[in-house]
Amino acid sequence: MTGLSLYALTGAVLVGFGIYGLLAKRHLLRRVIAFNLIGSGLFVFFGASAARGETVDPVPQALIITGIVVALSASALAVGLIVAKARVSGRALLPEEDDDA
Amino acid sequence: MTALLALLVVPLFGALAAIALSGRAAGVAVWAATLVTVAAALALVFPVGPPGIVTLELGGWAPPLGIALAADGLSVALIVMSALVMLGAGLAAHHSIGPAGEGGRMAFGFWPLMLLLWAALNAVFLSRDLFNLYVGIELLSLAAVGLVAIDGKARAYAAAIRYLVYALAGSLLYLGGVVLTYAAHGTLDMGLLAARSPAVSDGLALALMTAGLMAKTALFPFHVWLPPAHGSAPAPASAMLSALVPKASFVILLRLWLEAMPDRASDGALLLLALLGVSAVVWGSLRAIAQTRLKLVVAYSTVAQIGYLFVVFPLVGATGGDLTFRSDAWNGLVLLILSHGLAKSAMFLTVGQWMNVTGSDAFDRLRGLAVAMPISVFGFALAAVTLAGLPPSGGFTAKYLIMTAAFVSGQWVWALVMAGGGLLAAIYLYRPMAALFARSAPPETITVSTSRQLVPLALATASIALGFLAAGLLEMLPSGLPGPLAISGEGS
Amino acid sequence: MTLLLDAVLCVLLLGTALAAVLGRGVFRAIVFFIVYGLLLSVGWVRLEAVNVALAEAAIGAGLTGILLLTTYGKLTRVSAEAEPDDAGVNLPVALVSVAVAGALAWAWSVLPEPTRPRAELAEALPRAGVENPVTAVLLSFRAWDTLLESVVLLAALIGLWLLGRDEDWQQRLGVPQHARPGGIMTSFGRVLPPVGFLVGVYLVFIGADEPGGAFQGGTVLAAVGLVAALAGLIQPPRIGQWQWHAGLVLGPLVFLLAGVAGALSDSGFLGYPEAIAGTAILVIEAALAASIAVTLAFLVIGPPEKGHRE
Repeated sequence: MTGLSLYALTGAVLVGFGIYGLLAKRHLLRRVIAFNLIGSGLFVFFGASAARGETVDPVPQALIITGIVVALSASALAVGLIVAKARVSGRALLPEEDDDA
Repeated sequence: MTALLALLVVPLFGALAAIALSGRAAGVAVWAATLVTVAAALALVFPVGPPGIVTLELGGWAPPLGIALAADGLSVALIVMSALVMLGAGLAAHHSIGPAGEGGRMAFGFWPLMLLLWAALNAVFLSRDLFNLYVGIELLSLAAVGLVAIDGKARAYAAAIRYLVYALAGSLLYLGGVVLTYAAHGTLDMGLLAARSPAVSDGLALALMTAGLMAKTALFPFHVWLPPAHGSAPAPASAMLSALVPKASFVILLRLWLEAMPDRASDGALLLLALLGVSAVVWGSLRAIAQTRLKLVVAYSTVAQIGYLFVVFPLVGATGGDLTFRSDAWNGLVLLILSHGLAKSAMFLTVGQWMNVTGSDAFDRLRGLAVAMPISVFGFALAAVTLAGLPPSGGFTAKYLIMTAAFVSGQWVWALVMAGGGLLAAIYLYRPMAALFARSAPPETITVSTSRQLVPLALATASIALGFLAAGLLEMLPSGLPGPLAISGEGS
Repeated sequence: MTLLLDAVLCVLLLGTALAAVLGRGVFRAIVFFIVYGLLLSVGWVRLEAVNVALAEAAIGAGLTGILLLTTYGKLTRVSAEAEPDDAGVNLPVALVSVAVAGALAWAWSVLPEPTRPRAELAEALPRAGVENPVTAVLLSFRAWDTLLESVVLLAALIGLWLLGRDEDWQQRLGVPQHARPGGIMTSFGRVLPPVGFLVGVYLVFIGADEPGGAFQGGTVLAAVGLVAALAGLIQPPRIGQWQWHAGLVLGPLVFLLAGVAGALSDSGFLGYPEAIAGTAILVIEAALAASIAVTLAFLVIGPPEKGHRE
């Protein structure tokens, strides 16, 4: 196995971890972390694919930087909503997934 | 070309002005941007020369390095519909939310988000680059989520969070497909992808992108976020969210299957999409029938109407044999998107006006409004005619074209779905209509002026007029129907 | 030897990621996520993506980390940080996760030989006006992506501001910080900003030819502002102070105007005449970096809240 395959597989497993967190964990802040893990797992996979061949392809690197910024924008709005929700309801969970609600 | 550029940059300039300026200047800038963008959209319908597909390589860099835009019939139709809906929603918001630059929280935030949403829509309708489309739908989703949460109530926050979870999960799935596509082919351009030599991983890439876009389009069973989101937003925002936002991800889906990877559009895959569409029609309609709040009826109706769009996939994606029916199905699909968008935005705007007067959208609070607010009730009734697909309306002509295509192709079962869905729509729209026309003492004070009631009426009238004008309109547009029967091109 | 280094790094990445997903308590999850981000930026260097490594360290680990930590603080103020019991293994979800990870791994094994725009890139790069190919892609070849991305940040910020309460709308942004005078945060806050400011500006200006650029530099500048605010050196502004609003829109505005200027000349929308391409990109990057810094800092601080000391 080459180094690149190692990173590509790591990326794939990171996506799997993230999906588990996004679907199985109910605390919304944990879900924001999981969302970021899925994104970065995809980027690692993408980065490994860009490093194949003799020279590194710069296009995926640029796309990944754009993707990182977009992920931060989405995360910031998400945590803002979570705080706003917790402020009015005292809980950082979706109502239908909240056993105590 | 100038019109195309204006559609991309003017809403952005307007949004920046709405953020940076205050007082009257902000209001003037917002309306200037709105009117110029509407004019640019209309300029696309009435081109100087014969209709043709206009393409633009940004920065002069051709794909695979650069990003290509193209305005075909589908783009033009959706851009014009967006312009009309935005104009109507903007006029409604000017009164119900307040002019830009007025200082309050909602008036500060609504206008930049509306213009950013509009810029994102135009960008998505024109782009042919998979990653550029990703950035476009992210802009669209974040602006839309902001609009859902704008009224600051606990219910709106929960709805916005649920919407954001689905939207982000959808983005990641789509992004996964984009990554696999570039890794295999070294390009993101739909035109170049159509000419690619197929890779084994294409099926997975297309499946991921499709699943993600289905979540963003709210196709059954990924629809659960839509009714609370559209039900919690203020009426002008709901009008944009229901008429326009799901159409953006749908258009990408359509282009992926028909334009970028038509070789992957097997009968089985198209059938699966159509069956999900049928489930959406049935489930959305049944849920709409069960609601007791008008806004939720209208929102669940969107779930059902989105279903129709997917039912058309086996007809427009058919290959082999005599395919003359494809253009009918394609034209029917475009008309269906337009008539639903115009009718649905009209409905949300009327419901907003009634809630303004009665303080609620519960059916029993709507009693007697037909006497008190005849203009907006007439608008709602016209929109209902389109949604139920009754003649003479855009909804009727659209379904007629699709049903004809279904019979010609021998896939008559889709015609049954179209007809049955219309019947269900008539059932879920009957109860609010009955309440509106009930003999009952109307509310004493009507706070919504006649001119404001004319806004939704105009949108609803446009959705009816589509039925009469369909033939002429479709001739003016370059079709954009991909595949062997493309009736587009220069000077058709 | 290098393969061993990569293997250790990948194991560490997976371990910290798993701890961020499954570890007990949200606070620990955040800490593991930050460590994960820092390790990942080492991974990006290994993948010969130094531009991405800088972005990952600054944005992925740094700012996202501060964002999550301040959010955790806000949640503890309303006692909403506690997690429900999700410790048991959710088997259906686990199967979905394994299936997706497996599908991606399979896709890697069947990927065709890399085809990519190498010839086009070699032909176009000398005309782009910058030597860093990633900057050329971001600011020239795919400038439309980057322009849209800069307004994605604005859309998120407007949406975030709207989450403030109507009665707090005139207040300063963010949760009030009261750093102890003479405490570690205060002294840290005095030392770091001047250094950070220089690093940020440097990253923006070398981005044309070396790894760096508007996003990495802008993020460092945002962090400088955040540290100064956390140390109580500066008070966050209020919504409506025009100079800050101007700062928010400067970058996208300059970018748009440059794009339109290209359309009015022969270069086309978002095209720059070859002779001045390098200068144009530098001006756009400087303006973008300023706006990115302000926007990112505001995104992390959050909507206006009452309780600021005047």
